[in-house]
Amino acid sequence: MTKHIHRRTVLGLSLVAVLMFGFGFALVPLYNVFCQAFGFNGRNIEVENGTYQVREEVVRTLRDGVDKNRTITVQFLANENKDLPWEFRPLQREINVHPGEVKQVRFYARNLSDKTVVARAIPSMQPSVAIKYFTKVECFCFNNQIFKPGEAKEMPLIFVVDRKLPQGIDKLTQSYTFFDTQQGKSDSVAAAVKSLVHG
Amino acid sequence: MSDNHQHHDHPTGIKRWLFTTNHKDIGTLYLWFSFTMLLIGGSFAMVIRAELMYPGMQLVDPNFFNMMTTLHGLVMVFGAIMPSTVGLANWCIPMMIGAPDMALPRMNNWSFWILPFAALMLLMPMFMGGNFMSGQGPAFGWTFYEPLSGQYNKLAFFVFAIHLLGISSIMGSINIIATILNMRAPGMTLMKMPLFVWTWLITAFLLIAVMPVLAGAVTMMLTDKYFGTSFFNAAGGGDPVLFQHVFWFFGHPEVYIMILPSFGIVSQIIPTFARKKLFGYASMVYATAAIAFLSFIVWAHHMFTVGMPVAGELYFTYATVMIAVPTAVKVFNWTATMWKGAMTFETPMLWAIAFVVLFTIGGFTGLMLGVATSDFQYQDTYFVVAHFHYVLVTGALFGVIGGVYYWLPKWTGNMYNEKLSKLHFWISAISVNVLFFPQHFIGLQGMPRRVPDYNPMFADWNFVSSIGGFVFGASQLLFLYIVISTIRGGAKATSQVWEGAEGLEWTVPSPAPYHTFENPPLIK
Repeated sequence: MTKHIHRRTVLGLSLVAVLMFGFGFALVPLYNVFCQAFGFNGRNIEVENGTYQVREEVVRTLRDGVDKNRTITVQFLANENKDLPWEFRPLQREINVHPGEVKQVRFYARNLSDKTVVARAIPSMQPSVAIKYFTKVECFCFNNQIFKPGEAKEMPLIFVVDRKLPQGIDKLTQSYTFFDTQQGKSDSVAAAVKSLVHG
Repeated sequence: MSDNHQHHDHPTGIKRWLFTTNHKDIGTLYLWFSFTMLLIGGSFAMVIRAELMYPGMQLVDPNFFNMMTTLHGLVMVFGAIMPSTVGLANWCIPMMIGAPDMALPRMNNWSFWILPFAALMLLMPMFMGGNFMSGQGPAFGWTFYEPLSGQYNKLAFFVFAIHLLGISSIMGSINIIATILNMRAPGMTLMKMPLFVWTWLITAFLLIAVMPVLAGAVTMMLTDKYFGTSFFNAAGGGDPVLFQHVFWFFGHPEVYIMILPSFGIVSQIIPTFARKKLFGYASMVYATAAIAFLSFIVWAHHMFTVGMPVAGELYFTYATVMIAVPTAVKVFNWTATMWKGAMTFETPMLWAIAFVVLFTIGGFTGLMLGVATSDFQYQDTYFVVAHFHYVLVTGALFGVIGGVYYWLPKWTGNMYNEKLSKLHFWISAISVNVLFFPQHFIGLQGMPRRVPDYNPMFADWNFVSSIGGFVFGASQLLFLYIVISTIRGGAKATSQVWEGAEGLEWTVPSPAPYHTFENPPLIK
């Protein structure tokens, strides 16, 4: 007798459960949009689509010239990935720059395996609020890097620190980790699911 | 009316329990299951405390220790606390609102019987591999953060165990909501419902909202691991920090899922033994709803140190501290209920009072942790461990134990042994403070959580804490003895049981007959 009342309640609540399952997945693109909009957490535009767009800030930074009154220490770290037999280090551990000044540093990497590896360097910066003031003009992290067995490379990073870097920050740490782009990429289900989620 | 009699013959023996659709039987099953899990999760805690009794490595290897901390957390959260409150809901909600049973009795059976298999799937990998001490159970912490959890080679067991637990909780919640919304006796308006029913109604909505998000998170882990997606995998453009956001979007409401039913239990017990109506009934309902709402917008206070912008830290700090307001409303209401009441201190009341005092301590340390500036110092230390054990052990668990003593005479028809149960209370209440209070000190001094070995400067308080732990663990065996001896016999309970008890469940005989309220009661 009360069956149909329950049916409505149960269907409604089940729908909520299904929608919330979807919401869990919707958090992924939401998070990406949020992080890109605010430049949080190292997820810059260039990391996402592998191309670099010259943003207005870069032009402005260069036009405004060098701020000789401030000196920023930039430290470089290279992390070794346990899944990648790889030698990887920065050639300069630390460099002092003035905001607005274009600088170049180099990183050294060598493939220790006997296979050709297509790898991608993923950047991370501390403090994370400084990410949007650390502009990369050229970076080895923009593209996949192909390493033949035993091949060694020196790779450039050209950058400018924005004059608008908040006062009180005088030390930046930029780290990179190389990842094997081919790992776990053989499954076609994967591509399907991914394209489904990322639209 | 005439066909009432044919309901009374039900299968006996094992078939009764396997095929039962009776809310009281299923409540009993849930309660025994959760008690078993309490003992299993508790024995893991004993291993942890034994290893930490002295600095240096004594008993187990580090991986086994990590497995113990992980499984202790998972078993206690998903196996002990959550099913125990579902068990109480099954037993009490239909009797409290004058309904003959739960809305969907067969689904109720299924919700329960999924649980033992989920627990099995969670614990099974422990026994895989040649050597028990290098067991292959999950060892990445109960929060299973990526990328560490993605390295686990038996991840599928873990993921499907969580899926099953989630399905069970969601079905149980749908059932509880349908029962409360559709099956109240005539005259039982929403604002006349006992507070335990209210807190469970809100808890059930929380469960339906966040368990699917957890299911989504573990599904993403699964496809990252076995199908090459990159939700959390940095190599493919994913982000491990995203995992923390998704997890805590579930995780923060989850802590209220564990505590709200106990809020309800305590709100039943205190008026009974203070012989006064609950102070501020309506404000209790609204405060519970406010806590539930706020729980959705504070999740990142669990991850202040991931590298958030200052604006984010400030927002999550303010939102978190705001939860103190409705929570304080509840604490003040319980206190005001006791004020000038004709109080007696039977065992359920002792647990309820201990709940109010000790939960509030956990609430205050929560405020300290909820403020980003101080959290940077406390995070990942034993201070955090002390905080959440005050809210979950002396909060959620004490509430449930108090509820078991409160309703046990109604369930079994016998009074428990008052002397032994008071002994159980005092041993537990003292030892639990010996166990967890010193963890505040070693946490403030900087001892990190989830470590099998530590700096000798922390040795003394760890020793004290371990002694408290062993006594607290052992005292729960006394609880088991008291419950079993009450089932077997004891002074007969009246249907009223407690002089000051009010509510429909006290109008039916003790023990409660197999079927109650087949004809709806009249609510004045």
